[in-house]
Amino acid sequence: MNGAQDMGGVHGFGAVVAESDEPVFHADWERRVFALTLAMGATGEWDLDASRFARENRPPDEYLDKSYYEIWLAGLEQLLAERGLATEAELTAGRELEPRKRIGKTLAPPDVAAELGRGSPTNRDVPRPATFQIGDRVRARNINPLSHTRLPRYVRGRIGTITAAHGCHVFPDTNAHGLGEEPQWLYTVSFDAHELWGPDADATLAVSVDAFEPYLEPAP
Amino acid sequence: MQVRVRALESVLVEKGYVDPAALDLLIETYETRVGPHNGARVIAKAWSDPEFRRWLLADGSAAIGSLGYAGRQGENMVALENTPRVHNMVVCTLCSCYPWPVLGLPPVWYKSGPYRSRAVADPRGVLRDFGVELAPEVKIRVWDSTAEVRYLVVPIRPEGTDGWTDGELARLVTRDSMIGTGLPKRPQEVSR
Repeated sequence: MNGAQDMGGVHGFGAVVAESDEPVFHADWERRVFALTLAMGATGEWDLDASRFARENRPPDEYLDKSYYEIWLAGLEQLLAERGLATEAELTAGRELEPRKRIGKTLAPPDVAAELGRGSPTNRDVPRPATFQIGDRVRARNINPLSHTRLPRYVRGRIGTITAAHGCHVFPDTNAHGLGEEPQWLYTVSFDAHELWGPDADATLAVSVDAFEPYLEPAP
Repeated sequence: MQVRVRALESVLVEKGYVDPAALDLLIETYETRVGPHNGARVIAKAWSDPEFRRWLLADGSAAIGSLGYAGRQGENMVALENTPRVHNMVVCTLCSCYPWPVLGLPPVWYKSGPYRSRAVADPRGVLRDFGVELAPEVKIRVWDSTAEVRYLVVPIRPEGTDGWTDGELARLVTRDSMIGTGLPKRPQEVSR
């Protein structure tokens, strides 16, 4: 979806302000939201793509108004509600009101290190030939799906060059919606700044994105 | 927020979906064990060991994995070599993708609108916000992490560090130098 999360090239945010000696978390609730999100992710009730869509697919003013971990909290609450794992009434009451559902698994302390060490690899070994080769010129398709996508708006319709091929990976656009992993070739595509931002752009700049094959077409 | 999150945790614990001790362990992992000191060790080794540097640039995940750093949000890691002619900078315009095993969790500015919006259009302006001015002829490559590939910048080894051990070199490697928004410290800025 064309949401507020897609920020590349937006004007008006101002200067980047870095905090010196920044702590990992700025409040105890941030710690807990972070850990709750990872632990609920480990239950297998949803995956990272669904989790990202839940955070991003909200009204732009709401997205911009919330802090990073407030967005994580909103995403987590939404996923729990959608799957009937915890209701709004329960979150308000702070206790169980509805019968619990059976879940995949509960992350136990002895399994934390292994869970983090394993991660969630998205590589899939599927026998699908790559349509594009390194050096090919491609155009990012002008797509505007209402559903999840990882193709930023600022490259749509723009011509770039394939600089790396990463094998086949889970396709977030389907996987986020429970429509299957549908593994697709993943490429790095590099764009000259002039192509993205016009003749006044920094001539020394190139910007790359990692793009799934369905996002791309041969350059005319 | 604190009250709302406490209520959420109580419900999920009561239902048996999460174990509070596992939550504590997740937090402890990213507050103490996983952070930019891991990446600094990788960079120091790349500076001192040409064989490791070649491996790191050819297969980031494997070379980094050989030092014990792998897993969540770093399943596919690619190392980017800064040279006197090319400077690399990493961003995630869509969210906050970041190589957790080597850098830990991203700082607030990395997840903020100012950085995500401007890194891909005006990286020199962003670098100025960080007090970094590159020579005008240096090419800038910005890597927008839009999929599950995670990028680690290998900064240029500072001059005047001949004979330094890996442990000493690692003290020169800042988090920002591995994102590409900063440069390593100069030898006179640290004690050997």
